[in-house]
Amino acid sequence: MSARVWKFGDGVDTDVMAPGQYMKLPIAELAMHCLEAVRPDFAGGVCEGDILVAGRNFGIGSSREQAPQALKALGIRAVLAQSFGGIFYRNALNLGLMALVCPDIGGIPDGAAIAVDPVAGRILLPQQGLTLPCEPIPGFLMAMVEDGGLLPHLKKQLAQQQKDKEKTE
Amino acid sequence: MHTLAQKIIARAAGRETVQPGEIVTCRVDLAMSHDSSGPRRVAPMLDSLGAKVWDPDRYVIVTDHYVPAEDKDSQQILRFTRDWVRDAGIRHFHDEEGICHVVLPERGHVRPGMLIVGGDSHSSTGGAFGAYMFGIGATEMLGVLVTGEIWLKVPGTILIEWMGRFPDGVSAKDAMLFLCGKLGMDGGQYQAVEFAGEAVAALEMQERMTLANMAAELGAQAGLVAPDATTRAWLHAAGAADGPDADWHTDPGAPLLAHHAFHASALAPQVAAPHSPANAGPVEGASGQEIDTAYIGACTGAKLADLRMAARILRGRRVAAGKRLLVAPASLRDQQAAQSEGTLHALADAGAQILPIGCGACAGYGQFRFADGERVISSTARNFKGRMGADSSQVWLASPYTVAASAVAGRITDPRPLLEESR
Repeated sequence: MSARVWKFGDGVDTDVMAPGQYMKLPIAELAMHCLEAVRPDFAGGVCEGDILVAGRNFGIGSSREQAPQALKALGIRAVLAQSFGGIFYRNALNLGLMALVCPDIGGIPDGAAIAVDPVAGRILLPQQGLTLPCEPIPGFLMAMVEDGGLLPHLKKQLAQQQKDKEKTE
Repeated sequence: MHTLAQKIIARAAGRETVQPGEIVTCRVDLAMSHDSSGPRRVAPMLDSLGAKVWDPDRYVIVTDHYVPAEDKDSQQILRFTRDWVRDAGIRHFHDEEGICHVVLPERGHVRPGMLIVGGDSHSSTGGAFGAYMFGIGATEMLGVLVTGEIWLKVPGTILIEWMGRFPDGVSAKDAMLFLCGKLGMDGGQYQAVEFAGEAVAALEMQERMTLANMAAELGAQAGLVAPDATTRAWLHAAGAADGPDADWHTDPGAPLLAHHAFHASALAPQVAAPHSPANAGPVEGASGQEIDTAYIGACTGAKLADLRMAARILRGRRVAAGKRLLVAPASLRDQQAAQSEGTLHALADAGAQILPIGCGACAGYGQFRFADGERVISSTARNFKGRMGADSSQVWLASPYTVAASAVAGRITDPRPLLEESR
């Protein structure tokens, strides 16, 4: 597991994740500007599977889901934060991006190696010898996240309904 | 005994009662999208599912973000929106008629007791009319469009009571900036914030809309004002049909998550320093700060009520030499009303540039973006870093009174002495 921590502070808003002036661009191009106003090395440096760790109220602001979408496009697998903006939290799960409430992020250093067990609600930092708790995602939402988000989840459900209908006919 | 939020959600969930913390599935009475989060985002997903909008009469589309179209991409987005609206049989389409949050109630779509979702974070504005309305993203909107339903966790209610009356020169925007400073941008805990008290009861509807709108800045899911005679009169004038039939209010003694009470008469005009609405404090703290641009715009800062506040300051005065005042009215109807009553003329006479209606600079999409280091005082809702222009631009938030007064002085200024002089 080579996941690495990208650490941010409190109140990171959706405007800095998906800046308004780039909203016309396809998501891959928009993502290159993700968080550049607060951390210019982020978009270029993130690797597939990395974990973003933030303080309070991560994702406050706009309902634009290009914010979690940009993080996902860059390869971020999960966001851990002390708390989330409500719309961002819903958007992240709907897109299949794990968003985990983790009350104690103080001991997680930027750049640390990290492993996340969302089902058990556990975060492991091997270098620091730390195991931290996080709130698990409610079951019905975790099922959606495991399907890859709401769109594939709906596809699966519609296909199942079709199958059931064919059976009864 | 239940809160207003609980009553609306129970009705939408088809239940007698619901309790805070429960997760319920609700029937959606109405869905709203704009040109940025709407058709261009949901149509491809609907196509991939082979699905259609569950009820085209219940999906309202408004164009406001890429308006006016400044480039080819914006023109294409608007063109796509128009074509899709026609093909999908959407009946309620408001094309370049103003900002969605202002247009929706203005055209009678929002009624007390409704459960409404909108594809924009300031969708909480509908709560001013006693509807439980909240913002969602495009993928979640897809779910609503396919099923007509949405899940939510029944919120607790944070009651915010304003006792007494707001003094002259102090507006709903000041009340919300004060609350952002006091409670923080997560003070709303993604619960329902309900505004009440004598000062709220005395507010006109567009001022109540500013309260509900900026509940988003408190991190609440919804911002609510219980409907009363003022609400009913406004809706009647807007030609709205009756809403779901019930007495929509929080029962006395209903369990609350928190209850805050403030003296409206003690509130001074507020200013929020860059880069957060939570950096708010009394205007004295920012007084004298030089500005380059004063901006009156957005759903929370350029409605007719807001334009009238600015005009009260600007009548008989001029924007300071070397400074600019930009005004982007929030809706076509508000612009026309401001035109016919002389309000717009007073702004233009003072040297304001009247920009096209729409979201304007607020969302940072269009041609009106602020330059490196530009200092702006704005009646909009958010001053996040880089939102309205360059990362190094600086935006202070204030009421239309304070923005107009600052345009006249060329620096951040308490509007109350100017109002006193005008009397």
